[in-house]
Amino acid sequence: MYTFSSRLKTFAVILMVLGILGIGYSFFTAPKTIEDVEKILKEQEDHHGGHGAASHHPDATAATTQEVHAPEANQKNATDHVIHDNQDHAENIEKHTTGSVDEPVTHNADTTQNMAADQDVHDNVAHTEMGQNHAADAHGHDAHAGETAEEHAAHAHEGHDAHADHAAHQKHLEHVLHQLQNKPWAAVYVACIFFMLISLGVLAFYAIQYAAQAGWSPMLFRVMEGITAYLLPGSIIFFVLLLCACFHIGHNGLFVWMDKDVVAHDHLIQGKSGYLNIPFFLIRAVIFLAGWNLYRFLSRRNSIANDDANDDSLYKKTFKMSAAFLVFFIVTESIMSWDWIMSVDPHWYSTLFGWYVFASFFVSGITTIAMITIYLKSKGYLEYVNTSHLHDLAKFMFGISIFWTYLWFSQFMLMWYANIPEEVTYFVTRIEKYNLPFFGMLAMNFVFPVLILLNTDFKRLTWIVVMAGIVILCGHYIDFFNMIMPATVGDQWFIGAGEIGAILFFLGLFIFVVFTALTKAPLMLKRNPYLEESKHFHY
Amino acid sequence: MSSHYEAPIRKPLIIGDKNFHDVTVDVARPVEGRANRQWWIAFSIALAAFLWGVACVAYTVATGIGAWGLNKTIGWAWDITNFVWWVGIGHAGTLISAVLLLFRQKWRMAINRSAEAMTIFSVVQAGLFPVFHMGRPWLAFWVLPIPNQFGSLWVNFNSPLLWDVFAISTYLSVSLVFWWTGLLPDFAMLRDRALTPFTKRVYSILSFGWSGRAKDWQRFEEVSLVLAGLATPLVLSVHTIVSFDFATSVIPGWHTTILPPYFVAGAIFSGFAMVNTLLIIMRKVSNLEAYITIQHIELMNIIIMITGSIVGIAYITELFVAWYSGVEYEQYAFLNRATGPYWWSYWLMMTCNVISPQVMWFKKIRTSIMASFIISLVVNIGMWFERFVIIVTSLHRDYLPSSWTMFQPTFVDAGFYIGTIGFFFVLFLLYSRTFPVIAQAEVKSIMKSSSENYKRKRELEGDHGHGHDNHSTEHNHH
Repeated sequence: MYTFSSRLKTFAVILMVLGILGIGYSFFTAPKTIEDVEKILKEQEDHHGGHGAASHHPDATAATTQEVHAPEANQKNATDHVIHDNQDHAENIEKHTTGSVDEPVTHNADTTQNMAADQDVHDNVAHTEMGQNHAADAHGHDAHAGETAEEHAAHAHEGHDAHADHAAHQKHLEHVLHQLQNKPWAAVYVACIFFMLISLGVLAFYAIQYAAQAGWSPMLFRVMEGITAYLLPGSIIFFVLLLCACFHIGHNGLFVWMDKDVVAHDHLIQGKSGYLNIPFFLIRAVIFLAGWNLYRFLSRRNSIANDDANDDSLYKKTFKMSAAFLVFFIVTESIMSWDWIMSVDPHWYSTLFGWYVFASFFVSGITTIAMITIYLKSKGYLEYVNTSHLHDLAKFMFGISIFWTYLWFSQFMLMWYANIPEEVTYFVTRIEKYNLPFFGMLAMNFVFPVLILLNTDFKRLTWIVVMAGIVILCGHYIDFFNMIMPATVGDQWFIGAGEIGAILFFLGLFIFVVFTALTKAPLMLKRNPYLEESKHFHY
Repeated sequence: MSSHYEAPIRKPLIIGDKNFHDVTVDVARPVEGRANRQWWIAFSIALAAFLWGVACVAYTVATGIGAWGLNKTIGWAWDITNFVWWVGIGHAGTLISAVLLLFRQKWRMAINRSAEAMTIFSVVQAGLFPVFHMGRPWLAFWVLPIPNQFGSLWVNFNSPLLWDVFAISTYLSVSLVFWWTGLLPDFAMLRDRALTPFTKRVYSILSFGWSGRAKDWQRFEEVSLVLAGLATPLVLSVHTIVSFDFATSVIPGWHTTILPPYFVAGAIFSGFAMVNTLLIIMRKVSNLEAYITIQHIELMNIIIMITGSIVGIAYITELFVAWYSGVEYEQYAFLNRATGPYWWSYWLMMTCNVISPQVMWFKKIRTSIMASFIISLVVNIGMWFERFVIIVTSLHRDYLPSSWTMFQPTFVDAGFYIGTIGFFFVLFLLYSRTFPVIAQAEVKSIMKSSSENYKRKRELEGDHGHGHDNHSTEHNHH
């Protein structure tokens, strides 16, 4: 039996405490009012000098937009201006409809705005010179649709008008306020979904091992069961976070489509409301989480009961259950990714998305199995686990890393190639505002593991696998960060107390739950038809 | 390579009391014997179809592509449908030989040779379409980046059609090398058994002087693993690139990011169906039932069921996202598939690909040879229609209603397709009489772990716990 070392336990508790402090700090320091935002932006400007002014000062940009005619001007410059112009413009609508800053107004995410902005680059001349209604534009179904012509005309002239200028500045501040208020929520959300999906990835791997009648892995089943123990607490916390988003608790505006005011002016989201509505969203979440946890519960129960059984009937039951779970999983996993991740950018869509998300957390899950196996082995607990088992896990880390990259590239390249505005905006935002994390994660999730794990001997060295594992796990955290943040906090992102705190908290909780679960049952199965094969496994 | 111990719960992969010599004799028999009447009948039919296809292609080249049923709206129809269909079929061969090797699936050993042959022959068929669907096929060499006298005029590397050139040619070359490497020990076996000087000469040339020394075997295994590691991403990327022909476009119904993995899943699906069709016949006519057992068929059926389900999920995802996107063109593209003038092809595809493999959940059906044979044919029909539906229904009605039209194939379209089927069977029938259709060297390597008689022996002697030791001593005796 494994005993949870008190040092590791203390370490986990310290992580959780530090994490809570970080999360608390980030909530506490999030701006409450427009004045706070003004102060923050002023500080940023002081820090960045001229650059800050160019990218954050709406007065300047709004004014120049009027002077510089997009077609003749530097295209990039014009785009930037229009983006800002457009953001302000989108907020105008919100202010108009909600009237109050204190209300938990959610607002159009950057991608949404960019989308409108990209459309507007080429109609910019018409837009500013004729004061044409945006709703008449090619993509008038965006945030602009609900507007009246008068409002729009007023907006078109704001660059020349000192009063409108001031209003635009207010809008910008309000926009930033919401992004900054989302920031601590998004930080917790990313870390929470990441760790929960790791344990789900391990559960899927476990089910596949059962269904495939793998002969090498039964030696690792208890390790996998330990990791999937995190699924239940992880799901509960995650569900609470979803409730916070659904009921706008504490300025939580992660999902734009949950805001009635936004939906009222957005034809595109209105068209999706048959699917994107809070009751249905919550019902789906309950079904998915319950289904996964049910399989986890039953397979673990069978696994323990099977230790004292006299025949293989429990094993056969788990085998059948695993096949059924995999069918349930492939369906729910796709829908889950649309619900919990893709819908933060409610205008954007990609058919590949579900499988892409799967590859990301699946490889993270396998990496986690490898790392915990190595830890337990180093403490002398896993007698029969040898370098061949490690080699197999490392091969999976290697192979699924390439598979992830394949899906990443397929999704990215196809959108880049066709360059259809409503799709490509997703990547435009990420490349422009998240350049380092966006390309950095490719290095971490693809280049590094591929180079280091190609060598057979390396795959059998614990320190190499641990090193590759740490990079892969950090890389896939950044992958999830890149999926959530651009739509929720936009260009206000940075990895600060909130993000690190959230990672530490969930990491601490993960370690605590997983290693506690490992103490509950012997680390080696007593019986399984493939146990002997697994014991004698050499590659 | 892998552990020497095998769990008793695993079913034998070689049935009947076969020893090493029996394997040799069984594999060599079709090559050493004479072709029977049925073979000649089948070969004649295939040859006739092939020649008819040659005539149709000659007619196309001589008179122009207008001999086909294409029109100004639908520039791709049967030609590319057949191309993608054949490439897809070829994929199971590499999957069986490479992916299943990486996953240490011992059951692949009885079927990999034929699956790879199927790959080669179907990629050859596929390769005909990109050339002969050109308006000026005699300028086909312009797709290659060769320095030339036009001021070194080069190709544009941005086109997925050019990527196809590289993908298919690389795929064919690597598959061929992989296949041939595996054949060396088996050709050597035929060489050593040859009765006539002519066959001795032929198999001596084909076997490259294989003498089966320890060092050779060691390098043989190494190269197989490396090639399997290369062939696996190749298989994914080849069909991915084929899918890029559609997915990089801006046509509603074509431009969708799921196409790459979904085409790959579809390729495995249709490829396994074809392997199943061929092997069910082959095991019977070549008396190889001891090696290609019901369990092999069942496992292939399970893969068909899994990939069929993945394809089903992709269909549903496409439908959902078309609705979710809010793009009316996209929504219409799918509405048109389900209810437009080609509704029958869409529903045929859905029935064959999504519903038919689901019956494999029943053990009774997936272990029935008749049912497997029928379903594997149904899947191949369904997968042909999948490509047809994707290509034609997306093209015949897209952005401008004034360009909406229909597609009607001519006899030349059909003739070319029939010709490739004929050509495929000509090659496959010749292969089945001249090549060792089962990788006997590999099958012999699993004899002691997975054959029925050795399993029985182990059960009686009760040496499960120390199978490792016993087996190595046994090995020394032989």
